[in-house]
Amino acid sequence: MSTATKKAVDERLYEVSELTRVEGEGSLRLRVRDGEIVEARFGIFETPRYFEQLVVGRTPDEVIDMVARICGICPVAYQMSASHAFEDLFDVRIDPSSRALRRLFYCGEWIESHALHIYFLHAPDFLGYPSGIDMAADHRPLVEQALRMKKAGNRLVAILGGRPIHPVSVRVGGWSRAPRVAELKEHRAALVEGLAFATETVKIVAGFTMPAFAREPRFVSLKHAAEYPFSDGRIVSSDGIDLAPSAWRDAFEEFQVEGSNALHARSRDGKGAYLVGPAARVTLAADQLHPLAKEALDASGFAAPIRTNMYASIVARAVELVHAFAEAIDIIDAYRPPAEPIVPWQSRAGVAAWATEAPRGLLFHRYEIDEAGRVKSAQIVPPTSQNQAAIETDLVVAAKEVLDLSHEAATHRLEQMIRSYDPCISCATHFLDLTIEEA
Amino acid sequence: MASHAPVAARPRVGVVKFASCDGCQLTLLDLEDELLSVVDHFEIVDFPEASSTRSAGPYDVLFVEGSVSEPAHLERIVELRRRTRTLVTIGACATAGGIQALRNWGDHDAFRSGVYAHPEFIHSLARSTPIAEHVTVDAELRGCPIDPGQLVELLTALTTGRRPQLRDEAVCMECKRRGVVCVMVSKGIPCLGQVTQTGCGAICPRFGRGCYGCFGPREQANAAGLTRHLQMAGDRPREEVGRLFAGFTAYNEPFRSMVTELGGVRTGRTGPAGDTTTTTGGKA
Repeated sequence: MSTATKKAVDERLYEVSELTRVEGEGSLRLRVRDGEIVEARFGIFETPRYFEQLVVGRTPDEVIDMVARICGICPVAYQMSASHAFEDLFDVRIDPSSRALRRLFYCGEWIESHALHIYFLHAPDFLGYPSGIDMAADHRPLVEQALRMKKAGNRLVAILGGRPIHPVSVRVGGWSRAPRVAELKEHRAALVEGLAFATETVKIVAGFTMPAFAREPRFVSLKHAAEYPFSDGRIVSSDGIDLAPSAWRDAFEEFQVEGSNALHARSRDGKGAYLVGPAARVTLAADQLHPLAKEALDASGFAAPIRTNMYASIVARAVELVHAFAEAIDIIDAYRPPAEPIVPWQSRAGVAAWATEAPRGLLFHRYEIDEAGRVKSAQIVPPTSQNQAAIETDLVVAAKEVLDLSHEAATHRLEQMIRSYDPCISCATHFLDLTIEEA
Repeated sequence: MASHAPVAARPRVGVVKFASCDGCQLTLLDLEDELLSVVDHFEIVDFPEASSTRSAGPYDVLFVEGSVSEPAHLERIVELRRRTRTLVTIGACATAGGIQALRNWGDHDAFRSGVYAHPEFIHSLARSTPIAEHVTVDAELRGCPIDPGQLVELLTALTTGRRPQLRDEAVCMECKRRGVVCVMVSKGIPCLGQVTQTGCGAICPRFGRGCYGCFGPREQANAAGLTRHLQMAGDRPREEVGRLFAGFTAYNEPFRSMVTELGGVRTGRTGPAGDTTTTTGGKA
């Protein structure tokens, strides 16, 4: 699907009309004239599904079920941002055990998503295979281990939510059902095995040859004083932004770009592109990493390269795998079922807004709730929308390193760069309200 | 035919998407215990989410995820059908139009301009429709998402050429077999279990809530009877009952009629847009 043609002596076009090993439908296009990059575009042609319109008129619990369907890889993230937003507006204090289960839920999703991306979407680029499945021909034990790790994450989500994709149990106020201690304990051994292989994974991916790349982006993530960021903390950036998780719009905005079915996001201060996701979290919240994950990061020697080499995001993702397994085990060891899985709550009119950390980065939801407890308007800002500007900025950086390669190799390298972001295009193609227009 | 085919001649399989969340095709990658043996039996020739190796067909088996939702989809599904021997739709989007089919009751232009400042850049159809409205479908797996056990059963059946054994009964039967206490009887929670096709393992009742119909209506479902019960027993307003049906499979009958009759979706019209089956319905 890639074409690389020399139009004239001095003009080159690198184009991939349909990116593979990404979630959803996107394209890349880079034009270089006399060594100058004249166009760098990460296009999104996934069909819009209008979620922000579909949820209007629905109740908060219905919204939690509906928004999961924005993304089959990270449904938990959508349920978490929505439920926390509603609980914040309705002033619901969920049981501390329910809160711990929410973290455990997120651990499961991060494991499943990161294991999928590292071994099935991204590692094939470094090892020279078209897919993780093809990789299995030469690296069967590695791929089998990766599948077991992914399964451990999926199983965790299923224990809590009934199934790994579009789980059913998250409700405003807690859970429709909380697991018994024994159900979680039975899964502990699989998590211990996963932790060992995740630690090994950090070493494996740190051994990959990283293409040259140097740009330090602005990082944005949640940050919490005592926890690695999942569903709580403040929105911070590497250059001083510091906001409540409900206040994303104070510093950022969305706008529409022709040729893309996804809205882009940018900061209101005019500084433009910023990066969300594992590299941002590992950079901004390194102090809150589980000691085992911190140890793996330090031993990898990648704490610094993660900041400046986008290709090294695979190491950040692996470090977070270690964190998610280690924290999951800790939560299970300390688990006592909540007195009641769900606490009673009362709707009230107002704005429900919250940001949590999806596997791919900050995910902001905002709902206006009316007197009848129904959604009046909605805005959903997924991580990939926020990363689009950074991706296009980095295409320019990456392009400078590939001009001496063959067209095919160069095109492949650019695809690899885009995959470093783990873009989730189904997420990005959504559809918001129109409060934000081009200034 | 093909009696002399070498063992190595595995069926050529494609996995493609239309408007969807990717969760159903992900279910294939989530067959962690079976994935490597699946590829021993099938040659996956096109699966862009998982592999950079591409093929435009022909396909012995094509798994189609997602609903027909934009003008380009209309031609694409017909073209794919031409190149496919066995076409299998997977999931609520492909088999029922998906959650995005809720727009079928609404004003498409308003939806578009409600989301995008420049709606003229956006190409989508007024209705989101199931694949079977456009081409012949040989087999379907229901659910939002599909059930991994049903997927394995279908794959196994394909290797031997037999019919897949998929239970054809209501979610209620699954609850009874598993000894799950009925949430509607014991707690008064509205539940679509009696009108919904099984396949999920009765997850929602097992997790203390009512079924929300993500596997779609089962044949001959008495949705009107359930509606009367919910309205009378629970003293619920019509629109609240309508919203129960206005979920991931709302566009399949008889859920569709219930939504049209009772309300529960954003509309502006009294029924779904262009409410006749057509392969060209909708406007850009």
